[in-house]
Amino acid sequence: MIAEAVLKPGGDAATALYIVAFSLFILGVKRGTHPTTAKQGNLVAAFGMAVAVVTTLLLDGIGNWGLIALGLGIGTAVGVIASVRVKMTEMPQMVALYNGVGGGAVALIAWSEIRHGISLGETIPLDTLIPVLFAAVVGSVSFWGSNIAFAKLQDLIPTRPLAVPGQQVINVVLLIGILVACTDIAINNDDPSQAIFIAVLLAAGLLGNLVVLPIGGADMPVVISLLNAFTGLSAAAAGFALDNVALIVAGTLVGSSGTILTMEMATAMNRSVANVLFAGFGGAPAGGAGGSTEERPHVSIGAQDAAIKLAYADSVVIVPGYGLAVAQAQHAIKEVGDELEKRGVTVNYAIHPVAGRMPGHMNVLLAEADVPYEQLKEMEEINPEMPRTDVAVVVGANDVTNPAAKNDPDSPIAGMPIIEVDQAQQVIVIKRSLSPGFAGIDNDLFYEANTSMLFDDAKKAAADIAAEIQNL
Amino acid sequence: MSLMTEITIFVLAAFVGFEVISKVPTTLHTPLMSQTNAIHGIVMLGGLIVVGYANDPLEYVIGTIAIAFGAINIVGGFMVTDRMLGMFSKKPKPKAEADGKGGGGK
Repeated sequence: MIAEAVLKPGGDAATALYIVAFSLFILGVKRGTHPTTAKQGNLVAAFGMAVAVVTTLLLDGIGNWGLIALGLGIGTAVGVIASVRVKMTEMPQMVALYNGVGGGAVALIAWSEIRHGISLGETIPLDTLIPVLFAAVVGSVSFWGSNIAFAKLQDLIPTRPLAVPGQQVINVVLLIGILVACTDIAINNDDPSQAIFIAVLLAAGLLGNLVVLPIGGADMPVVISLLNAFTGLSAAAAGFALDNVALIVAGTLVGSSGTILTMEMATAMNRSVANVLFAGFGGAPAGGAGGSTEERPHVSIGAQDAAIKLAYADSVVIVPGYGLAVAQAQHAIKEVGDELEKRGVTVNYAIHPVAGRMPGHMNVLLAEADVPYEQLKEMEEINPEMPRTDVAVVVGANDVTNPAAKNDPDSPIAGMPIIEVDQAQQVIVIKRSLSPGFAGIDNDLFYEANTSMLFDDAKKAAADIAAEIQNL
Repeated sequence: MSLMTEITIFVLAAFVGFEVISKVPTTLHTPLMSQTNAIHGIVMLGGLIVVGYANDPLEYVIGTIAIAFGAINIVGGFMVTDRMLGMFSKKPKPKAEADGKGGGGK
């Protein structure tokens, strides 16, 4: 009986089950288009994954059960602990880490495939070998690149752009070297050299490190999305190598998602992906900007003044940025919003596409603090409302509110779409100091006549304001 | 499966992917990313397959790590997505409504 339960690899039964699995993935993602159905969609996709895993475990030729149990056990334990413990403010590094292990898994599988091919002593067909090489290179780049992104987001290494002299040249040389080595392996496909393959893995890893190291914190939404696309494509390539339809479809799905997000993030910064990757924003111009320490007049207020301005407004728009995540101020800000709503003030939250360190970062934080979905407004939606807004409160956001993007064609961020808080009747900026944002440029908003600066930690400032409103 | 069949599947899947994912609203982009990370965990199947024909200690280690990595993706990815989406699907505060009405009544 048990023998009959075993599926033939590539056989109709196994393929049919894989088709069921990937259909469930697509349905799951499709349900993810609305907050009310997304949770259910996630379960549908997870069920698809269960189908795919069980199908594979039933394949003929699956063995070494002890190792399988060990790998599954370790992975499950780590996954459960990490997903339960992670704070919502730490989601970007979590996703970076998941990108990394995903890419790492693909690179290891590719290595194993090559070793298997060599040990058989037969010619490895190119339609297997080329996807294996692609998977190895892209998997290794994502593994190491994601680890650097993780380290930067976790503040293990400086988030400033770190550049090695002659970086671009080194990257190009590495890339050419990888292509040459891969070509060599492909030409000698009757007896490829494992040493060269390992060199390819290492060179790709080094390239991943070098490409991500010079990229600064605020560009992380682009980088994380791009690494997401890479891991997806590497999984699809592994599917080509292993003739596995579930891997091809699932990998492509992830690749599409990462690609779409990458393009959206780059558009939101008015920069090309290549510019983000190779231009190292804030690298060169940072020195120049650092010199401009001239004093410009600005208005500084305390929590009580801010509370009065807010409490007597009709409509308030709160603009969160990465500073909100750093200060873990999402709950305190929600409290301010609640106090204002009790007084009949209309409160909305304006979210710039690249606010935070990954796509949708701010939305997750505010959802955690129970801000209703309807109050989260996208940039295009809120900008026309700005002139009718009494007070705009900027919390830990900087470059995404800088009017220089519209007014100063020479600004490094010229043309970047911004949340037009300068159009509001009054602006309150909660920030620790006047220091420039990631782009290394001064924010003209701070010096406008209708702007008041509240210098404090975002969480403390928000808590103080909420208390002051209560006392009014 | 022939290479051309596989390319056909790949191209069609790319179109489906773009079509479906471009409809996901920006609000849900973080859960989308963690969910696609989980789906990416499908590479674990590759780990399961290669560990089956592993026959030296290095291959055992490589295969086991690949399975563990894939399992982290799958389990961690789906669980953390579930956690996040739970925050989005919370009831839109019946408490505040009750407060307002209760206050009026008194």
